[in-house]
Amino acid sequence: MNIEKTETLNIRSGEDIVRVRQNVRTKALAIGLSLVDQTRIITAASEIARNTLDYGGGGTVQVDIVSVSVRKGLRLIFNDTGPGIPDIARALEDGYTSGGGMGLGLSGAKRLCSEFDIRSEVGKGTTVTLIRWK
Amino acid sequence: MEQIPILKIGDCLLVSIQVDMHDRMALALQDDLTNKIVTSRARGVMIDISALEIVDSFIGRMLNNIAAMSRVLDAVTVVVGMRPAVAITLVELGLALTGVRTALNVDRGLALIRKIIDEQDGAGVLDEYREN
Repeated sequence: MNIEKTETLNIRSGEDIVRVRQNVRTKALAIGLSLVDQTRIITAASEIARNTLDYGGGGTVQVDIVSVSVRKGLRLIFNDTGPGIPDIARALEDGYTSGGGMGLGLSGAKRLCSEFDIRSEVGKGTTVTLIRWK
Repeated sequence: MEQIPILKIGDCLLVSIQVDMHDRMALALQDDLTNKIVTSRARGVMIDISALEIVDSFIGRMLNNIAAMSRVLDAVTVVVGMRPAVAITLVELGLALTGVRTALNVDRGLALIRKIIDEQDGAGVLDEYREN
């Protein structure tokens, strides 16, 4: 996988979540994702950015335009150094929440992506990777 | 902080969300609208989301909350103008927005609010007759 363009944004406030959405939208347009796919990846980015802020205590997202031969995609890597997730399988269940949300963030975002990966270590932090291929 | 304007038209409140709201702004709108229903004695609330490019679970929860709060305050909420891509994404996300009434556009939204209010009022009159 080639990285054609990369940019890292901070997620420290609610306004930053809006900035992440707008950045993802610009790049989704740039690689020519369909309108529905743009909407999917922006929505997924918004969900995970909020998790990074609310549960991870803030962090960063790396927004990459990637390619495999002629196929382009958008890859988002969210990183936080928060408390981590003790039971990832449970956190991925629909309706499970440790906070006040509806518990759709992780499971919903997973359904909106082509590829989804989550790694977490208790006490160290969480990394969530999303890819939407064109 | 920017604020979303709430317009009063007859006994309805109209909100048109034209900006990408951050979370605090969405919560402020929820509070403002709930207060305005009481102070203006509104019977209907119409929320136009035709300018929204995405509705994530936070905005979805706000719409659900507004609908539930207005119901408790004897007002009916209708969400209008959802984009097709937003509808597809919402369902895939797992957010069915049960409890929120929707209409295709502002005209149909107003007609739906009128119809529901009339039905409620009609049912009330009928009950009074039954009591007599």
